[in-house]
Amino acid sequence: MIIYGVYIVSKSGGLIYNLDSNVPRIEQERSFTYPLDLMLDYDSKKVSVIFNKKDGINVGHVLTAVNSISVNGNTIEDGRDVKTVLENPENYPLNLKFCRPKLTTNEKIVQASTFYPLYAFASQLSPEPKSSGIEILEADTFTLHCFQTLTGVKFIIISETGLSGMDMVLRKIYELYSDYVLKNPFYALEMPIRCELFENKLKALLEMVEKTGINNLDK
Amino acid sequence: MTIYHLYIFDKLGTMMYYAEWNRTKKSGVSREEEAKLTYGMLFSIKSFVSKISPHDPREGFLFYKTNRYALHYMETPSGLKFVLYTDTAALNVKELLQQLYSKIWVEYVVRDPLWSPGTPVTSELFQTKLDEFIKQSALYSIRNI
Repeated sequence: MIIYGVYIVSKSGGLIYNLDSNVPRIEQERSFTYPLDLMLDYDSKKVSVIFNKKDGINVGHVLTAVNSISVNGNTIEDGRDVKTVLENPENYPLNLKFCRPKLTTNEKIVQASTFYPLYAFASQLSPEPKSSGIEILEADTFTLHCFQTLTGVKFIIISETGLSGMDMVLRKIYELYSDYVLKNPFYALEMPIRCELFENKLKALLEMVEKTGINNLDK
Repeated sequence: MTIYHLYIFDKLGTMMYYAEWNRTKKSGVSREEEAKLTYGMLFSIKSFVSKISPHDPREGFLFYKTNRYALHYMETPSGLKFVLYTDTAALNVKELLQQLYSKIWVEYVVRDPLWSPGTPVTSELFQTKLDEFIKQSALYSIRNI
């Protein structure tokens, strides 16, 4: 049972807590000769592959290192511009490292607030009356489980596909939230959660679920 | 235990076809508006899924479920989108959508000389064949894996 991440979204749609666990780091390093067989897009923030996937380097992957020197935006750490280096035949062979882009904290906040209207639309566009919003969203690489409390807080788990009983885990997280966050006198509602005790308990819960499944969840 | 309704969109978001079987609740907006909302929602889901996915997605979004219904989604490489609303217990809807594409759409729309690409489908033959196809499917009940 692999759980990739836990998100808590407040009733106004803001991301108030996020925990990543077990996120696989997909990195590929290969040496290239001139001309480069990948098509790259030189954006001001990142250099990414836009065409021709091969050897585990997929479209959308971002260049992270040139000859083991890390790349920052579109400049190499030693100050040179990536585009000029890659387009100069004299620099080859080059060792390039690509990796699937990871969400930054800002992007996570954006994605959490994207989910909020999706949830609302799903319940509005329902063909039957009295529908809730999205409870399970499945893609080929992961499943998203969402549980909304009566007060509108959403608990979201991103896990591998084909798991059952995630709603139990979500309820357990809700329990932890009400015990260690809401009872914390230093916590203001709707604000990001920074409670060490909650974080530790949550990590312990996820670890247990990953190791032994949901059967041992104490009620 | 049933199929509620079906949308077919092309790659530009034009509603190509809408069919309805056992829908009990109307959304309260016009059909065109509703189609736009649906397309917009699916478009956001697609980008959401590709960003949040821990691995590189291939097919991406497959379906979502609420407590009352499930929405199943299939997109062909050419950008044609099939969106089927079923109850939450529906099984193997993916295969059904694939068959719907290859046996009904390709046969009765793509091979129809009177249909020009990019315009909504009005062919009566397509309508009857689609209706037959949905009604004979075992999916008037059953759970997607």
